[in-house]
Amino acid sequence: MIISTEWIYIAMGIVCLFCSFYTFFDKTNKRRILSGLFYFIYAITLLFGKIIPPFYIGLMVLAMVVIVAFGGLQKGGYGETAPDELEARRKRLGNWLFLPALLIPILTVLGSKLLVNVKIGSRLLLDPSNPTLVALGVACIIAILTAMLLTKSRPQTAFKESRRLLEAIGWAVVLPQLLATLGTIFTKAGVGTVVSKLITKVIPENSVFWIVFVFCVGMALFTMIMGNAFAAFPVMAAGIAIPFLIKRFGANADQIAAISMFAGYCGTLMTPMAANFNIVPAVLLDLKDKNHVIRVQLPTALMTLAFNIILMYLLVR
Amino acid sequence: MGLALIGVALIIIGFALRFNPLVVVTVSGLATGLIVGLPLKELITQFGEAFTTNRYMSILIVTLPVIGLLERSGLQNQSKHLVSKIKAASAGKILTFYLLIREIAAALGLNSLGGHPQTVRPLIAPMAEGAAEAKYGEVPEKDREEIRAQAAAADNIGLFFGEDIFVAVGAILLMKGFFDQNGIKADPIFMALWGLPTAIFVFIVHSIRLRLFDRKLDRKLGNPGRGKMDSEVVRK
Repeated sequence: MIISTEWIYIAMGIVCLFCSFYTFFDKTNKRRILSGLFYFIYAITLLFGKIIPPFYIGLMVLAMVVIVAFGGLQKGGYGETAPDELEARRKRLGNWLFLPALLIPILTVLGSKLLVNVKIGSRLLLDPSNPTLVALGVACIIAILTAMLLTKSRPQTAFKESRRLLEAIGWAVVLPQLLATLGTIFTKAGVGTVVSKLITKVIPENSVFWIVFVFCVGMALFTMIMGNAFAAFPVMAAGIAIPFLIKRFGANADQIAAISMFAGYCGTLMTPMAANFNIVPAVLLDLKDKNHVIRVQLPTALMTLAFNIILMYLLVR
Repeated sequence: MGLALIGVALIIIGFALRFNPLVVVTVSGLATGLIVGLPLKELITQFGEAFTTNRYMSILIVTLPVIGLLERSGLQNQSKHLVSKIKAASAGKILTFYLLIREIAAALGLNSLGGHPQTVRPLIAPMAEGAAEAKYGEVPEKDREEIRAQAAAADNIGLFFGEDIFVAVGAILLMKGFFDQNGIKADPIFMALWGLPTAIFVFIVHSIRLRLFDRKLDRKLGNPGRGKMDSEVVRK
């Protein structure tokens, strides 16, 4: 392919790398060297993840965690714009400001839908392993060029602003990646099989309602532990849905599948383990309580879980 | 066998005691690996390998330059400004509308319309905040946070319960593959269709909750429709 996912990771790495330089030289940050080092190491793992042997990447990840553990990651100063100045800038461009912002989703959708199988010569244009990611990356590059033209800004300004946002996100930026890593280790250690064995032990074999109940609640709980409904489904379906619901009570597999995945998503709404949906947004939106988004989602998640249990019961019965 | 659950216990305890999540997750991963007998060197290699494979999860970094630059040029203010012109707007109504669009778009396979760094932070959250400001005047920081958290929740809920209605989405393909392996007949089209009742239910429930959220803000910050006297009484 012509544009591979690796290129997008390199673009991400470059952003981090420039940010780390600004952090290294930020005199207002008391821990500027350690803070800069955190982003620098992260940049290296993004840029050269494919080249550096995994053992060394692992050591670098641990180094980043150690920096965070001992309070080495601090925020700096960014020369915030005064409200009046910001308002003046807003008036200058008005609704044109939306153009680059809207270019991101629009170009991503167009790119990932229309260009997905397009070939130039004999090579695919977008990496088939993750066309949406590549399309998003390219959309952002077009959007940043548009934004720089519109606002007559230099690339330095864009990097400085990225640093302000990146430092606002701080350690949470690597949390989703690290959680996915934990998921892999949990799977290797057989946590899934243990949990499903425990759950099948409590199952009352002859009551359709309680089987459905344990299955749906199990999907949600397992998803909360692993942070990912995709990991929960095969384990729970093999442990409960196939032997009890489908084979014994002749339940329809399509219905079971649709409803149980949604039961899992109810779990996703309630767990800090799904960091990119629940924790990163809390940081991005400057919420004091990092569980604030989860708190807001909780009632909807519980009601929807109850609905799923009742719906599945009525369909299987 | 049950020892593998120590890692899960560490996560729950660590999060409950509000230790830094990055540290909690790492300690749990290392402990789990060591308990099941992985040699340290292999464990660290596993860390590195999985970390690299999952780089796609940090894609938000690529959006930072655009969003940062636009914020510096007043994008969030413009979002607020745009909404303040709509008289009927309220935080809850804007978020209900966004929830609807997000869910329908996801059901059509357009998952990338939306997202926290590129849509919620620069556009949706400021719009909802702007609507509240236009309605009530000054909005205390505590309520602003609540509005922003609601904006993030609307994005998640719309995405999750919309995307499984689309036949070619990862979840549906995963389940189809799983049933095929186990020799059970399953049809992606029906899997997607049977998601509809829940998708509709969640929209109804969450939009009712957003309406109640509007009412709560009305009660707290004063409903202009009922006059100042009334709201002052309520505030006491």
